[in-house]
Amino acid sequence: MRPEDIVGEGTEHVLTYQDGTRRRVFVTGIETPFPPGELIVSQTDPAGFITECNEAFVRMSGYSREELIGQPHHIIRHPDMPAAAFKDLWDTIMAGKKWQGYVKNLRKDGGFYWVRAVVVANVRSGTIVSYTSVRREPSRGKIAEVEALYRTMR
Amino acid sequence: MALQFAISPEFSSSHLSQWFIFNNRLQHFLGEACHLELYDDFRALRGAVGAGCVDMIYANAFDTSMVLREKGFVPVARGAGKSDEALVAVVAESPVRKVADFRQGLRVAATDAPDVETIGRILLEPADLDESNITLTHHRNYVLVAKALINGEADAGFFLKESFEDLSELVRGQLRPVILSRICVVRHALLLAPQHADRRACLLAGLLAMREHQADRELCAELGFPEGWQALDQEEAAFMVDLMETLLP
Repeated sequence: MRPEDIVGEGTEHVLTYQDGTRRRVFVTGIETPFPPGELIVSQTDPAGFITECNEAFVRMSGYSREELIGQPHHIIRHPDMPAAAFKDLWDTIMAGKKWQGYVKNLRKDGGFYWVRAVVVANVRSGTIVSYTSVRREPSRGKIAEVEALYRTMR
Repeated sequence: MALQFAISPEFSSSHLSQWFIFNNRLQHFLGEACHLELYDDFRALRGAVGAGCVDMIYANAFDTSMVLREKGFVPVARGAGKSDEALVAVVAESPVRKVADFRQGLRVAATDAPDVETIGRILLEPADLDESNITLTHHRNYVLVAKALINGEADAGFFLKESFEDLSELVRGQLRPVILSRICVVRHALLLAPQHADRRACLLAGLLAMREHQADRELCAELGFPEGWQALDQEEAAFMVDLMETLLP
């Protein structure tokens, strides 16, 4: 993330991913509400690199389509999300099962948005060829619940 | 024997004459007799598919997923630039202005169209409403869904957007949409039973050529896709199946 892209006052965090890579991010605490009635849709390859995304994903993430395609999906990972949530996600979908959860995502400008996410493996002739993630509007009640839970898990 | 062509029951009462005209065009494209069979509800349609009585189907996204996965149907085409959207409506004088105004115990009227019901339920989720705290009753068609609302038998109704727009002005004027989906990736599709896969090429050619003729363009517009047809290949159809999987509970 680049400081010049941040909108508002940002605090710096360092994220460490499962593969050991690290990324400096900036967080502002400014929420972008989920657009009512819409779905955010993206696909990744089996390694988690974004291959497709819809316009809602571009708009909500703050990145251009060109900035998203080819990037690891953790480009939108927010430091408030516990690593255990993503481990559970990957363990589940790599086993070919559907994963559902509430996720706080980081925007390019340092802001955030909450989603209710569902991720499925795309299986063709018995092989996982990609993953599809569909995100929809979560309830404020559920957000409050998981926020409290995630605080205990960080 | 004529090829049996089925359309999703939500179209059975609207644009009927246009679907019969379209059936005539199918006969022309395929060079053989086609019979348009109408079904009263989705259960009857699925029963016919299960019994092998359907050779071609214009199906909603959920039934597309079912016939692809379970029956090996072959995807042919979908309406270009067209997606299925749903809305949740209330009576015009309802105090509900936004989804968050809905309360537990909500009585919902809907048809048995699975895609509309699924999208409708998703639209209610931000109000913490789910199968545990709403009551949903099924009705034969969207006119009856509207009637249930107007008569006070339901607090909210799930509608396919285009079916809501097809309601009479008198009925529509007594209702008010609270939220409309903008999902863009849920679509109806035209598919062939696997034993007719060899007909895909000539059928698709005929469908794509419809945009070249005035009368055919008008027919497509009346059926709800003014941009005509576009090809639906196996991978895009498979993506629709995956997508439906993410929307189901």
